[in-house]
Amino acid sequence: MNNLVVMPIVLPLLTGAVLIFFREQIIVQRFLSLVSVVVLIVISFLLMQQVKQEGIQTLYAGGWLPPFGIALVADMFAMLLVLTTAIVALCCLWFSFRSIGNPRERYYFYPLFQFLLTGVCGSFLTGDIFNLFVFFEVMLMASYVLIAHGGTNIQLRETMKYILINSVSSTLFVCALAYLYSVLGTLNMADLSLRVAEAGQQGILNVIAVLFLIVFSLKAGLFLYFWLPGSYSAPPTAIAAVFAALLTKVGIYALFRTFTLIFYHDPGFTHQLIAWMAALTMIAGAIGAIAYQDVKQILVYNVVIAVGFIVFGLAAMTSASLQGAIFYLLHDMIIKAALFLLGGAVIGIAGTSQLKRMGGLIRRHPLLGWLFFLAAIALAGVPPLSGFIGKLQLVQGGIQAQMYGIVGISLVSSLFVLYSVMKIFMNSFWGETGESPIGGESQGGGALKGLLAPCAVLIGLSVVMGLGVEWMIPYIEAAAGTLLDPYIYIDAVLKE
Amino acid sequence: MKVNDVILQTYTKAVAFIILIFSLYLFLAGHNQPGGGFIGGLMTSAALVLLYIAFDMKTVDNMIPIDFRKMVALGLTIAVFTGFGSFIFQVPFLTHSFGYFRLPLLGETELATAVMFDLGVYLTVVGGTMTIMLAIAEDDD
Repeated sequence: MNNLVVMPIVLPLLTGAVLIFFREQIIVQRFLSLVSVVVLIVISFLLMQQVKQEGIQTLYAGGWLPPFGIALVADMFAMLLVLTTAIVALCCLWFSFRSIGNPRERYYFYPLFQFLLTGVCGSFLTGDIFNLFVFFEVMLMASYVLIAHGGTNIQLRETMKYILINSVSSTLFVCALAYLYSVLGTLNMADLSLRVAEAGQQGILNVIAVLFLIVFSLKAGLFLYFWLPGSYSAPPTAIAAVFAALLTKVGIYALFRTFTLIFYHDPGFTHQLIAWMAALTMIAGAIGAIAYQDVKQILVYNVVIAVGFIVFGLAAMTSASLQGAIFYLLHDMIIKAALFLLGGAVIGIAGTSQLKRMGGLIRRHPLLGWLFFLAAIALAGVPPLSGFIGKLQLVQGGIQAQMYGIVGISLVSSLFVLYSVMKIFMNSFWGETGESPIGGESQGGGALKGLLAPCAVLIGLSVVMGLGVEWMIPYIEAAAGTLLDPYIYIDAVLKE
Repeated sequence: MKVNDVILQTYTKAVAFIILIFSLYLFLAGHNQPGGGFIGGLMTSAALVLLYIAFDMKTVDNMIPIDFRKMVALGLTIAVFTGFGSFIFQVPFLTHSFGYFRLPLLGETELATAVMFDLGVYLTVVGGTMTIMLAIAEDDD
């Protein structure tokens, strides 16, 4: 029992609730939410160290032992994600102070941001599959409001689609849970894993596994990503960055959890299916990323490619590929937040998101330009930066699993990623000053004031991750070890 | 055109109280019988909505000067804080406890800390429902 495990969930929840009282005092709201996120980072770091030294930390809510009560389980995989979430949240919050605008701040932006964090951290930490559904809903409810927040026309249109598709997938989630419960009679993930091992994963259990695959693919944007480009380009920059960095990752986490802990007995069927979906996701994402001449659309399709890339590590299911997938997941959360924030800044100063109408920004904003350049090559996986080692291990793992075709697709897709972000860089920063409507002169440096610092922090972190791989390896290995051997997790949860 | 709804208003004055008492009963009965914070909260907001239907918004707002949005926040805060007791007593989060107390008038009564959590749910449900109702009602301009 370790009560610290619940803190990453309760702290943002309490902060969000308290912030509602201070609706008119925006300074108080900013201060409290900043303090809360910083404390969240400290707590998750401490908890992660504890997990490293003492093994998986569990908390049985209300003192009811599993499989009867809800267990919160902090293993290394979950803690790495919670810590990264907290860091990304800090930077996006910092960015939003300068960019989100007074009307939105007065209408509960900061409480909603905290509730979103509650849902994300809760999804990572829970050890009960129905509880996972509930935290998914907490996260989604907050994201529904955030995506519509401000009420511009495009936001309202995209919110309709977003809510519709997520309601459908949540309903499917409940149906899948109902099937699972009627077959196995339990909802605790560790206990489920044992029951599936007993019953053997064929017939109905494979059907349920595929149902879960569909549900989480809809959430993660794995092949079923058709809702994603519209929804993620509608909200303001700070919100879009949080979405791109966190929301699809929760779906990916759920895929990893269910298909390494519960449904891992028939990889010839389920993991083969996942591999195909990952390959198609990478291809379709790459097509989208090179097709558009619009900064937002290019970045959004890069989110899709990354999902395919990470999930391919799950499909290969070797030690190297899982380590690579975890490393790439952490890297991707950080670098996607940085890219979306920088992309938002670029659109802000150019006054348009069309590449053809911008140009020459590097003359007036060199720092922004080079930060974007760093983020772009980190995304593509150029060696000294954080994207490299994850990709390397993923490719190694894929070759070990003899999935040469998909390895080839992933390498070519990396090339397309590089091409697509370099297209943004070269068109917007180099060349003649564009003839955009608000363009350059009038807005000048003032518009960027305070916006670059959070991006610089994120990119600095990406450099540190790339250079400090040695320091990160023990954590990644511990996380991948738990995923490869579910009995470590089961023993930690179901011990007397 | 203003219709004279004296029957509705007189009727409401009596019925709203009955519904309120019933919702309170449901709220307190939740531990051993059907009921609890959610249904109790919905019943209370039903009584409040009846008041809003029978009288106009300004009258009821003067009668019950509560900001329902803050009520949601209060409910959430109470529910979270019931969990924080576990940090003091060194037990798992949200562990609840109960005991028997001899109260004046009621005699031997079972008091449980789970009621505090339910109170949080109750306030959140009332606040949430009323916020939705009033936000839609105020929206006509």
